[in-house]
Amino acid sequence: MGKGLSGFVHLHGTFGGSYTAFMLPGVMGMTVLFASIFSSVSIIWDRDLGFLKEMLVAPVPRSALVFGKILSGATVAMIQGTLVLVFSPFVGVQLSITGVMEAMGTMFLLSLSLSGLGIAVATRMTSMQGFQLVMNFLLMPMYFLSGAIYPLQGLPTWMSAIAHIDPLAHGVDSLKWALIRFHQFSLSVDYAVLGGLAVVFTLIATVLFKMEG
Amino acid sequence: MIEACGLVKRYGDFTAVKGIDLEVREGEIFGFLGPNGAGKSTMIKMLTTIVRLTDGLAQVAGHDVAEETDAVRSALGIVFQDPTLDIGLSAWENLYLHGLLYGLSRAAIRERADAVLAMMELQERRKDLVKMFSGGMKRRLEIARGLMHRPKILFLDEPTVGLDPQTRARIWDYVKSLRDESGLTIFMTTHYMDEAEHCDRIAIMDQGEIIALDTPDNLKRSVGNDVITLQTADDAQAIAALSANFSITARSVQGGVQFDAENGETLLPQLLARNLFHVTSLTLRKPTLDDVFMLLTGRTIREEDLGARDQLREAFRQRRNQR
Repeated sequence: MGKGLSGFVHLHGTFGGSYTAFMLPGVMGMTVLFASIFSSVSIIWDRDLGFLKEMLVAPVPRSALVFGKILSGATVAMIQGTLVLVFSPFVGVQLSITGVMEAMGTMFLLSLSLSGLGIAVATRMTSMQGFQLVMNFLLMPMYFLSGAIYPLQGLPTWMSAIAHIDPLAHGVDSLKWALIRFHQFSLSVDYAVLGGLAVVFTLIATVLFKMEG
Repeated sequence: MIEACGLVKRYGDFTAVKGIDLEVREGEIFGFLGPNGAGKSTMIKMLTTIVRLTDGLAQVAGHDVAEETDAVRSALGIVFQDPTLDIGLSAWENLYLHGLLYGLSRAAIRERADAVLAMMELQERRKDLVKMFSGGMKRRLEIARGLMHRPKILFLDEPTVGLDPQTRARIWDYVKSLRDESGLTIFMTTHYMDEAEHCDRIAIMDQGEIIALDTPDNLKRSVGNDVITLQTADDAQAIAALSANFSITARSVQGGVQFDAENGETLLPQLLARNLFHVTSLTLRKPTLDDVFMLLTGRTIREEDLGARDQLREAFRQRRNQR
């Protein structure tokens, strides 16, 4: 596993550890990604089964419903990502209490932006198929330009630009900071982008959700 | 309890509701009758703050629907036409979630859930997943849920569509006992004539306007005692003959020539004996609300008039209820 790409990583990176250790933050990032998106799909399910109406008609502000969905998605995603840490001894990653705490915080923050994005898309989609189509279109570049499976080097400028605003790239990068002491962006930039995108996507999701129904 | 004045709803060029005045008293069972597309659902949506009014004013339970939406929503229980339960949860969990959405305390939720489940005779199934419920049970649970937060008015949008007659009767028993025991005001829409008979007052709606508003008995009396429909060889000749010889104003309808009379049983033999025109078949019916509608609009509200979309919905609902 990872043997094919590990040579590539050694040649181009300054990373001293094994490739499997390098992959761990990436796998955690991917777990968070899919958990967040999956939780936002619940909006489409709720709409199809009619349950969304019950929520829309209650004396509850729409923003509260959106925040609730985003927070619940982030909580689940964070827990699932943390479970991946179980593999760390097998891939050669040393865990510390602070490292784990930082990782959990990062995953929560990452999931806020991804859930927000998912909900923003889900409110506009009228079917599961439409949602999957759009999300795949967004997720594939997000994932391959995130530094999850290989370090980001030698990218043409436009790809590099995308990577710079890719929430997953910064999420995975800050996980690397927390766990394996290898990084490609500065930590402050990582948190700034994650925090900023979390706010932006949450706002977009709230606005779109208010137009629902 | 509900006061509406000049309600209008426009969707682009199409006006769904064309200026409606309405008043519903406390403790009343008020029915909204009319064919699909009449604007009944739009009316309910406006009164329950789901849809914004294009024009007019409405006050529900003393609160303005435009200015005090949350207060209105807290005073309302709504049971929609389509199911809105979370089928992945148990009955009790659905009630719990509803309690949270409506700001009830944990203790209140527990107490109310017990009360409403008992009212709808669903206590034994409280832990069961809604997925396993029959259509009638789901509807009862939705009514129970609508009552969780002690609303002042219960809105029922087509409450018994797709249910078998037994369940229908049972649900009406519950609804009536609710009103009798707690003075709950009930506002419902339906396109079933027989269901409208349960109401204290009915408004008949057609194409965005109210064309009649009164008690069921008064409305039926306004039609006259009996409705006679004659199939004739020549409708125009028949109408002319009826007018000239019996001073009867008849109307050309889908089934032939129709007119109302105080005592059809005695009039018909006289009419036929005169042999003024050829009658191929006749129907003598005591008035129903369908006749009221027919007389006011020249059309019926029967289910065959459902459009394609509503037929699909009906089919969906029946399949769901059979599970």
